[in-house]
Amino acid sequence: MPEVLKAPLAVEFPFTRSLGPVQSAFLTGLRERVVLGVRTVDGRVLVPPVEYDPVTADEIRDLVEVGATGTVTTWAWNHEPRRGQPLATPFAWVLVRLDGADTALLHALDAPGPDGVRTGMRVRVRWAAERTGAITDIACFEPYDGPAEEASAQPAPHTGEFADAVTGIVAPARLDYTYTPGRAQSAYLDALGGRRTVGERCPSCRKVYVPPRGACPTCGVATAERVEVGPRGTVTTFCIVNIKAKNLDIEVPYVYAHIALDGADLALHGRVGGIPYDQVRMGLRVEPVWTSGARFPDHYRPTGEPDADYDTYKELL
Amino acid sequence: MTRAPGPRGREIAVVAFAQTDHRRTTDELSEVEMLMPVLHEVLDRTGLKTADIGFTCSGSCDYLAGRAFSFTLALDGVGAWPPISESHVETDGAWALYEAWTKLLSGDADTALVYAYGKSSPGSLRDVLTRQLDPYYVAPLWPDSVALAALQAQALIDAGDTDESALAAVAARNRTAADTNPHAQLRGPVPHGEHAVRPLRAGDCPPVGDGAAAVILAAGERARQLCARPAWIRGIDHRIEAHGLGVRDLTDSPSARLAAEHAGAFDAPVDTAELHAPFTSQEVVLRKALRLDDRVRVNPSGGALAANPMMAAGLVRIGEAAAAVHRGESDRALAHATSGPCLQQNLVAVLEGDPR
Repeated sequence: MPEVLKAPLAVEFPFTRSLGPVQSAFLTGLRERVVLGVRTVDGRVLVPPVEYDPVTADEIRDLVEVGATGTVTTWAWNHEPRRGQPLATPFAWVLVRLDGADTALLHALDAPGPDGVRTGMRVRVRWAAERTGAITDIACFEPYDGPAEEASAQPAPHTGEFADAVTGIVAPARLDYTYTPGRAQSAYLDALGGRRTVGERCPSCRKVYVPPRGACPTCGVATAERVEVGPRGTVTTFCIVNIKAKNLDIEVPYVYAHIALDGADLALHGRVGGIPYDQVRMGLRVEPVWTSGARFPDHYRPTGEPDADYDTYKELL
Repeated sequence: MTRAPGPRGREIAVVAFAQTDHRRTTDELSEVEMLMPVLHEVLDRTGLKTADIGFTCSGSCDYLAGRAFSFTLALDGVGAWPPISESHVETDGAWALYEAWTKLLSGDADTALVYAYGKSSPGSLRDVLTRQLDPYYVAPLWPDSVALAALQAQALIDAGDTDESALAAVAARNRTAADTNPHAQLRGPVPHGEHAVRPLRAGDCPPVGDGAAAVILAAGERARQLCARPAWIRGIDHRIEAHGLGVRDLTDSPSARLAAEHAGAFDAPVDTAELHAPFTSQEVVLRKALRLDDRVRVNPSGGALAANPMMAAGLVRIGEAAAAVHRGESDRALAHATSGPCLQQNLVAVLEGDPR
């Protein structure tokens, strides 16, 4: 058993999301340093506001302006901030009911330590210096000991109309993983390092899977018996690629083929080179071409043998 | 309809359960390699083969290990060729069991295989779980799963429902119970430790790890043929809280209570409850919402504080409750599963054995 293989894997997407009319007004408002709520059917003011009533599911559009000051309804002290969180120094997560609102908003509170934080404390918005129309336009909250008269203020109606309203957000997301391929694929990759292709045989139906994934998808049992296959094989089917892929330094047109290596019961795929693209055919006999330092074949080229008989590979199409 | 039908309808039972040993890492195994022994074990318990199963349903989440369409690779372990009747949910396997239950109720199948698996070890689970949150107002702040649970815990402390020492007692009781559970990841007394996110300490949080579980459901006489004492599903229901954390009363779980009502949990006392409460403070919420008093054995398996394989831990609760009925240790058990932040979604099932 080779040692367990590991490799870093980053999954990263810039999610582009469109906004409904209420979300658009709220996030545009933050850009303009105005906090909007929405009135529900039963008259409560929701901040942050939503498009539909959480109780009745009615469409709600009745916007009001609430205060930039409020009261902490619960909190949690985060002594080790993580990537992407609002502050890089220790802070409190807080739910804040802004003055004039009936519900609470999640955000960070910049405070010197947990002893300075309690439920019921008064806080106010600290606006980000650069605002784009996003929840992060609120940089965080900070303790506030100013006058409390805003707390009793009735929220004023607001049209929700601003110049250059934000209609969408781009939310980047990145997650980092350590990829481990597992037992069967580790053995396959380990053998490839020695320029050998090793599949696994199903103990029940006797098929040899290349690359092996550890289980026979027909029988649902573990494959374990290692079987070296190839290096030569047969093109079972192919396509001609005419569109150049991003970050891929291969001239088009080229041929991408399913190749059944000798001894394998499943075709793998690879590029076919060393032959004009319009001369590749089903049954063509090929062999792998390795480049120096590579961990897998660069492509496959014709061996010069006579083409394989259709009957020898028709089950592998 | 969420209650089992009357005497003229179909009765459906959990007839077998299997799970992996839950571990911090399973680097040497792919997901299907981790899952497959559990599938074989649960089938062996009934003598069924894949071809005998009428419907297969699984629960998993690609974000955990960062592997797209991983559930299709996991199907290799089932033996899904020739094509089988199959479905998948991108959440805990307890919801896959709910789907399978409806399939059996409809009469489309007599048996179902339900499985779930999760490998949390390849990623940073606290961060991964932020991606399930409201993408407009919450996810851009990356509030991790422990932080959100801590906000709920503080709300409970403020309300006088618990305190740090009571939470420590919840942790100790669950992990002491896990002493007799060979599959658990954390067993016996565990130091309560430092604050993770105050007020929650390390000991209030579930272990992060990898694991899988599977159950078999069967209807009517088929269930009696496959299991000496089937765990009949008398009712099952799932409900969800309002979407915004700041809209909810975090000290209560109206959705869990409603699911329990619809599942018939309050119609008669239960003797055992398996609660999916990954954080100690969530057990406080659930005991109140589900009206569990000291006469009920809560989490004899150790619960999610002893092993919390994501996407499988809820199904494990149903499996553990059913296994207690199979063994004759319970006559009427409640099983609960949750998903999302601060008990966002809740599923409740009531399982009963035939009178002895």
